[in-house]
Amino acid sequence: MINKLVFQNLKHRWVRTVLSATAVGVQVTMILTLVGLSFGTLEDMSQRSKGAGADILIRPPGSSIIGLSTAPIPEKVLSFVRNLPHVAVATGTVVHPIGGANSITGIDLDSFSRMSGGFKYIRGGPFRNPDDVIVDEYWARQYHLDVGDEYTFLNRKWHVCGIVQPGKLARLFIPLHILQDLSANTGKLTMIYVKLDDPANLKEAMKAIRAALPDYQIYSIAEYVSLISVDNIPGLKAFIYVVIGISIVVGFLVVFLSMYTAVLERTREIGILKALGATPGMVLGMLVRETVILALVGTAAGILFTYGTRWAIMRYVPGSLTQVIVPDWWPIAALVSLVGSLLGALYPGWKAARQDAIEALAYE
Amino acid sequence: MSEPQPLIQVRNLAKIYRMGDVEVSALRGVDLTVQRGEFIAIVGPSGSGKSTLFYILGGLASASSGSVIIDGKELAHLSDTERTRIRRDLVGFVFQKYNLLPTLSARDNIEMAQYIAGQTHKPETAAWFRQTLELLGVGHRLNHKPRSLSGGEQQRVAIARAIVNHPALVLADEPTGNLDTENSEVVLKLLRDLNERTGQTILMITHNPEAAAYAHRIVHMRDGRIIHP
Ligand SMILES: Nc1ncnc2c1ncn2[C@@H]1O[C@H](COP(=O)(O)OP(=O)(O)OP(=O)(O)O)[C@@H](O)[C@H]1O
Ligand SMILES: [Mg+2]
Repeated sequence: MINKLVFQNLKHRWVRTVLSATAVGVQVTMILTLVGLSFGTLEDMSQRSKGAGADILIRPPGSSIIGLSTAPIPEKVLSFVRNLPHVAVATGTVVHPIGGANSITGIDLDSFSRMSGGFKYIRGGPFRNPDDVIVDEYWARQYHLDVGDEYTFLNRKWHVCGIVQPGKLARLFIPLHILQDLSANTGKLTMIYVKLDDPANLKEAMKAIRAALPDYQIYSIAEYVSLISVDNIPGLKAFIYVVIGISIVVGFLVVFLSMYTAVLERTREIGILKALGATPGMVLGMLVRETVILALVGTAAGILFTYGTRWAIMRYVPGSLTQVIVPDWWPIAALVSLVGSLLGALYPGWKAARQDAIEALAYE
Repeated sequence: MSEPQPLIQVRNLAKIYRMGDVEVSALRGVDLTVQRGEFIAIVGPSGSGKSTLFYILGGLASASSGSVIIDGKELAHLSDTERTRIRRDLVGFVFQKYNLLPTLSARDNIEMAQYIAGQTHKPETAAWFRQTLELLGVGHRLNHKPRSLSGGEQQRVAIARAIVNHPALVLADEPTGNLDTENSEVVLKLLRDLNERTGQTILMITHNPEAAAYAHRIVHMRDGRIIHP
């Protein structure tokens, strides 16, 4: 019976119901999109790192996982590594920032192809001229590029020579020696990737490399990928918590306002219920149920919205961001919206529950 | 043999409404005793305090001074919970303005009263109640919301809601105020029937002398007092 009344009340003011649920939904989407972007973008980084086909990664001394701006590995280290036991292929790259969070990767196409199995060209083909650039499909989609197009970065005009399938190390490639010269890193590398004759020799090979290059950071790809996580990005967790906090506050305000107006406008109805002998608990329970429904419907809407944001991101900025759907976070988002909503319903509910019955009926 | 305890005993009851600086004395010393099983009509000019008296008897408003004893309990001494229990278990209220829940159908309005009293779907009352609804002429209008019912229909639904739980005390504030002669007669006979068959105590406010004639006794009010003309 109470449920019927709750349902009728929600239906009666359906515009308010839809708006409140949508607002709750938006804050749920905010959380889930942020989480989905964090997970997705990191996951994509991991996938691309694995996609290079390497078993071992060599980084210069004292560098951090994310943020690559220097190329302090002398090229002679690469030739040295190539001669170590079990090393099948080794290739060096230079990574250079080009504004925002974007960077360009210089590769030696020949050794890189042997390591990764080679690019799968969707259109076009390998570098032929010094101003050639290879982009992956997502990058091409985001920046509306096609083979033959002119593309400007690092204060230069480049020409797109090939569009490749995503998943191999990076999204934007130019020939290694060109980037070395351009970035004043002639003869230097940012990273060295090593592919072994047999992955079973990983331990042995790592040991040999460590012994030969004691100051360098040597990772197996598995280790390296495990380091690419939310915990290792400075500030990301705090940022997620801040967004959760904001969501609780927004949910609180939205539901507070919605329930407050609902209680004001239903003063008379609440008076009638009390005149019939309804207890304050019953009146409060009615509002709590209404709130829980708003929060749950809002959460469901918010989850649906994240499919929308994912679509938009994959449609418009797939080169910069990757969003995944993270069902593990659905209950957390639901909890966040419930907490915010119930806090918001607290004061209006208390006001309704202790309302004087006859005063309410005299209310015209 | 001692007199049986009266159902209602009102002594020197006063009620002052305060609205900011303005004070309205709605009741100025009411004395009234109602025995169990009585059917009383209360008449008096508009503004004489009839509805106010009902609100206090029904536990909806509190008195400013004086004493109200219902079923042996002094209302002023009751906690909110106990007052709620009196409204729920003892009193059936027909409001002058009907006061149906606007978002619920007529049927749900009545069922809500049953639900609150914890008396949903008692089979032995179901047949009697269906008959009563037919008698009141609202049996075919039960799926409509109050908005699409006429004033008279809303009034009859409100009466049905007030009596569905068989309250010991029915407080009916102008139950025939919006009814034609024919329907008034139906309602008045129903009230008299309830009173005679089940011994329910009925207090009814009315402006209509013919309606008042159904009662055992008529109480006159004027300017917040009971008068004896
Ligand atoms: N909620 C209220 N706040 C302030 N004054 C009120 C309130 N309710 C009633 N009054 C005043 O108290 C007096 C008695 O009102 P009441 O409603 O009891 O009269 P009544 O006898 O039922 O009149 P009617 O026959 O018109 O229904 C009136 O002067 C009225 O204006
Ligand atoms: Mg009145």
